[in-house]
Amino acid sequence: MSTKMPLGKGLNAGLRAAMEADDKVLILGEDVGKLGGVFRITDGLQKDFGESRVIDAPLAESGIVGTAVGLAFRGYRPVLEIQFDGFVYPAYDQIVSQVAKLHFRSQGRVKMPIVIRIPFGGGIGAVEHHSESPEAQFALTAGLKVVSCSNANDAYWMIQQAIASDDPVVFMEPKRRYWDQGEVDTDSEPLPLHASKVVRAGTDATLIAYGPMVKTCLESAEAAAEEGTSVEVIDLRTLSPLDLAPVFESVRRTGHAIVVHEASQTLGLGAEISSRITESCFYSLEAPVIRVTGYDLPYPPSRVEEEFLPGLDRVLEAVDRSLAY
Amino acid sequence: MPDAYVADDPAGAFPLVQLLTPEGERVSHADYAYDGDDDTIRGLFRDLVLSRRIDFEAHALQRHGELGLWAPALGQEAAQIGSGRALLPQDFAFPTYREHGVALCRGVDPALLLGLFRGVELGGWDPAEHGFALYSIVIGAQTLHATGYAMGLTLDGEVGRNDPERDAAVIAYFGDGATSQGDVNEAFDWAAVFNAPVVFFCQNNQYAISASTERNTRGPIAQRAGGFGFDGIRVDGNDVLACHAVTTAAMQKARSGEGPTLIEAYTYRMGAHTTSDDPTRYRDSSEVETWKLKDPIERVKRYLLTQGTPQEFFDELDVEADELGKHLRETCKSLPDPDLAALFDHVYVDGSTELEEQKAQYVAFRDSLEPEGSES
Repeated sequence: MSTKMPLGKGLNAGLRAAMEADDKVLILGEDVGKLGGVFRITDGLQKDFGESRVIDAPLAESGIVGTAVGLAFRGYRPVLEIQFDGFVYPAYDQIVSQVAKLHFRSQGRVKMPIVIRIPFGGGIGAVEHHSESPEAQFALTAGLKVVSCSNANDAYWMIQQAIASDDPVVFMEPKRRYWDQGEVDTDSEPLPLHASKVVRAGTDATLIAYGPMVKTCLESAEAAAEEGTSVEVIDLRTLSPLDLAPVFESVRRTGHAIVVHEASQTLGLGAEISSRITESCFYSLEAPVIRVTGYDLPYPPSRVEEEFLPGLDRVLEAVDRSLAY
Repeated sequence: MPDAYVADDPAGAFPLVQLLTPEGERVSHADYAYDGDDDTIRGLFRDLVLSRRIDFEAHALQRHGELGLWAPALGQEAAQIGSGRALLPQDFAFPTYREHGVALCRGVDPALLLGLFRGVELGGWDPAEHGFALYSIVIGAQTLHATGYAMGLTLDGEVGRNDPERDAAVIAYFGDGATSQGDVNEAFDWAAVFNAPVVFFCQNNQYAISASTERNTRGPIAQRAGGFGFDGIRVDGNDVLACHAVTTAAMQKARSGEGPTLIEAYTYRMGAHTTSDDPTRYRDSSEVETWKLKDPIERVKRYLLTQGTPQEFFDELDVEADELGKHLRETCKSLPDPDLAALFDHVYVDGSTELEEQKAQYVAFRDSLEPEGSES
């Protein structure tokens, strides 16, 4: 059955399905109960599953993640909401030193099936600390898995797959796309969680993106098509581990690769992806891999964020630059 | 009370609970009593002696180069054994890296404690089997884990059934320095908000490496609990009977569903922070000498001798401690080095294609370095 719904509602429906499937699934976060979260992603869940399964947390992010470690020791599968990207740092130690390492430290005796949901990225005119893209900081941490959805169908399925994972998953939600409508097919077998996907076929150049930038890249590809350039778009979906086989296959055909993300350029995921494309597709490349990213600034005041963030024009300029190389 | 005056509490708002003086005399307390007999006190004495032997042997092994590091618990044996023996099998303890005596109480083979310090392990035992989490090195992080585990006990209905065989609680160990950490204060807050069945057991050993307690906190640590909305109590951390009695009461309160307690066990780290530390740079020997007079083991021995405990008991215990020492020395040297290739398999439950590739690269490289036996 296919239903049209916004991405945020897809997450909500996915959370509901996961809670119905396994009573060890708990939701823990700030304002997730009666309010349904500041973005309403957990709307209605406390009413239906009770206060012991949808837990309004004290205002303490390290506490949210730290107590989730203890709950996981106890056999629970906590799904944590970090209210905004910029508020995850108080929990960074618990995520990196505890959640990521306990399975390794215990030689596999202790599992940490924790999902850390983080609404991330800019474009909503928010105040400071509400628009950041810290995904690389988690993707570079051994022991964590990191994924990002870009559409309602993936939101619905990927959140369930992340919750079912016995490994800890940092789940990056493209907050500016929460309201974007999409078809959700609740019956079809979904792609595996850690699989990338070609979302638009093309022959001249390959755009590689995830989360909020997938839509930007699809719009760019549409604009490029009007000018006679055929651009392939790949939605990475999984950031750790990376699934680059579809990327390599595409780049070997097109010879041109452009990685797009909101996060700053230096040591961002684009650097890793660029390196791996070079390692695997060296003889196919017609141009160096180009990165289109946020600049290496702290996130700027929101009135200039559209200039700071990669947009259609910057992506098209990069495509042209690659093709002209 | 001879040993009650503590400099940070001149008004005596948090008098030390004491049931056995440094001279070995039993004293009574209005609220707490040790519920065992002389046989169980001999059992505690045995634990105290064995835990000190673990420390002694591990220290020697470090000095002989067999361990990279050791964190001695010398002087803190009563706090650890008294609290550790107050736990029931269904309880769960979250330790720091210094809880060697508690590990003994939880049935962990003391030799397994050495793996972390020898550099062959990051853990070493099964937390679920012993109700004893792995040693935690990041200061205070484990107090949140303990609180979360306790919240889980409540969700599971393991609390407040009036069933002493099954009702369970959690104990979180930490030190005076940890009380400055945000995680510890968050744990206090969460435990209070969720009425979690957790006992916060702070061994105030007077030093966070070189920083004396007053560099980390002002006022009695036990007082901290009141601000969070639960009870704090200060106990003579060198008195195993008092530590046992106070922890027993607090754990029972938690198991009954009456929420958290903070216990401050007032003690002294007789040794260095770790074997890499030099305490003569930051504290006077006179201070150490003063605390020697409050030794946690000597006072129990004095008591047991006055009660007519035969010499054979002490002699047999010496033999047992010697055997434990031998076990530690032999096991330590036989602990195998980890296989780096095998470590790739423990990063994730479900693995990762990237790690599999790196493992294959590592193994191929390693194998390329090995001489070919038939041709050498």
